[in-house]
Amino acid sequence: MTTSRSNAHEDAQPPLRVTATMSEPDRHHLPWPVLATVVALLALPVVAVLMVPLYARRGPELWGFPFFYWYQLLWVLLCAAFTSAAYLLIEHHRR
Amino acid sequence: MGIDTTALAVLLFFFIVVTAGGFWAARWRRADTLDSLEEWGLGGRGFGTVITWFLLGGDLYTAYTFIAVPAAMCATGAVSGFFAIAYSILAYPIIFVFMPRLWSVCHRHGFVTAADFIRARYDSRLLSLAIAVTGIVATMPYIALQLVGIQAVLDSVGFGGNSNAVIRDLPLLLAFAVLAAYTYSSGLRAPALIAFVKDALIYLVIGAAAIYVGVHFGFHQIFTAADAKLSATKGASFVPARSAYWSYATLALGSAMALFMYPHCLTAVLAGKSRNVIRRNAAILPTYSIMLGLLALLGYAAIAAKTSIIGVDGKPNPQLAIPHWFRDEFPSWFTGIAYAAIAIGALVPAAIMSIGAANLFTRNIYREYLRPSATPKQEAAVSKLTSLVVKFGALAFVLILNKQNAINFQLLGGIWMLQTFLAVVVGLYGRWLHRWALLAGWACGTSYGTASAYQQSSPLTHHFATSLAPLPFSSTKVYIAATALIVNVVVSVVLTLLFRALAVSDGMDATSAADYHSEPTIAHVGEKLTV
Repeated sequence: MTTSRSNAHEDAQPPLRVTATMSEPDRHHLPWPVLATVVALLALPVVAVLMVPLYARRGPELWGFPFFYWYQLLWVLLCAAFTSAAYLLIEHHRR
Repeated sequence: MGIDTTALAVLLFFFIVVTAGGFWAARWRRADTLDSLEEWGLGGRGFGTVITWFLLGGDLYTAYTFIAVPAAMCATGAVSGFFAIAYSILAYPIIFVFMPRLWSVCHRHGFVTAADFIRARYDSRLLSLAIAVTGIVATMPYIALQLVGIQAVLDSVGFGGNSNAVIRDLPLLLAFAVLAAYTYSSGLRAPALIAFVKDALIYLVIGAAAIYVGVHFGFHQIFTAADAKLSATKGASFVPARSAYWSYATLALGSAMALFMYPHCLTAVLAGKSRNVIRRNAAILPTYSIMLGLLALLGYAAIAAKTSIIGVDGKPNPQLAIPHWFRDEFPSWFTGIAYAAIAIGALVPAAIMSIGAANLFTRNIYREYLRPSATPKQEAAVSKLTSLVVKFGALAFVLILNKQNAINFQLLGGIWMLQTFLAVVVGLYGRWLHRWALLAGWACGTSYGTASAYQQSSPLTHHFATSLAPLPFSSTKVYIAATALIVNVVVSVVLTLLFRALAVSDGMDATSAADYHSEPTIAHVGEKLTV
């Protein structure tokens, strides 16, 4: 339960839109090396997947999976890892 | 063939559990009243990382995906099937970058739809209407396709055939009536709660199936069987050929960019309680893509197992590949769980889609044009009714028209949704593009895409045969939506320059730069923010 919800209960004014006021902007002015790293982390999976000629082939196989298939499944995991890293970097530098 | 009673009993059991959950959801994370779009339509904008993960996962990976992706793999292979994996990789970095900005501005101003944002940013009712209508029209056939997913399951259990049409379609009608009733009463909380059941079942079923394939067949064997079949089939591909590289890349990228323009995706994102909920989800949602990848490969397992795709009515239907594969390979009780996973997988997105479309109608058509003084309570009432209309419209679509129409319209839906990308995404960063130029670009892109898709023929059908067409002035086949977006961008940029030169009024921006990266801190109760 958020604060806004319980307060709304006390005031009993449901028709009013309860919206938090905004302050403390999400400081997106990261130092440039950090920003560059974040951009690279997010761009790499995109480039890797768009380079179809690079992976549209059968070999080498891995556990019976042709290259075309395991390459993309591997990038699902790498993309998750890279995006997490980007998230942690941003969080770390906002503190 | 008779009805598989064990599988049906398991299916019914889960359906009843989910129905009870759907109605109970109205009390879940209780609000004082559900009589506002904030509560009914967005679950109070209070969902944390875990609930959002289930909700978005349940929303984006639909029953139709579960049926259609392996069916495409089974029938034509990589380009029409496995691109879904590439697409789901591309979607998350895109969501990570753009969605927090959209979330912030929507949260700051109480926007419920993308069209609300467009209205405020560009001060244009017409552009907002264009975005809203695109969302509604693209979503309806998508809901219809969820029904096609349930139909495939019902057919595999043994319903269907040539008997009386009323009896044949009764289970589908009942399932949908129940879905409509709890969406009406609980709003977005219903699919959010049901998504837990759906995802647990899906992970269980796909996990078990993948282990079974690995142990029983061996992956090497299913790939060999698929390679042999697809290489011998005209128009199919095991690994994209040189001529299909651009098709594969544009299909994946275009679909990923269109994805978060869809109302159901945006609704689930806006229901999150903070920017970081969205960012964290962009990082953890790929777990679903792994599951989708394994599921896609079950299409190849069906090739290796030589699964029959003949329906109860005696006609071949590739969409039956996965349900039949489960039926042939697993005991009835497990087949029942798999069917329940698919059927419930249809209910979650169908509910969210109908809510998303209903919110668009309420905010951007009803309040904008019909009743500007509507109170939040009236908005909720209109949205609830619209969600019913949208769902039964989809039902009529599937039952009365040929389901091929639903598939054609969904193909068009993706093309249409991508045409709203430019206004929304560029709008998140600035107002460089002129509102009337964006409207003209949208109109040109949408018309071009629709006409191009209409013209695609194959030996089996005269129109809408494929979502690929040659890029103008070349023979390279690309996703039609991508070409249409290029048309859209060119028109928008050229006309923006022209309108700026002529000093055509650009309207007022109701948002401020800080709105796009604000995070909620202290709640001020009762503060009413104008849109």
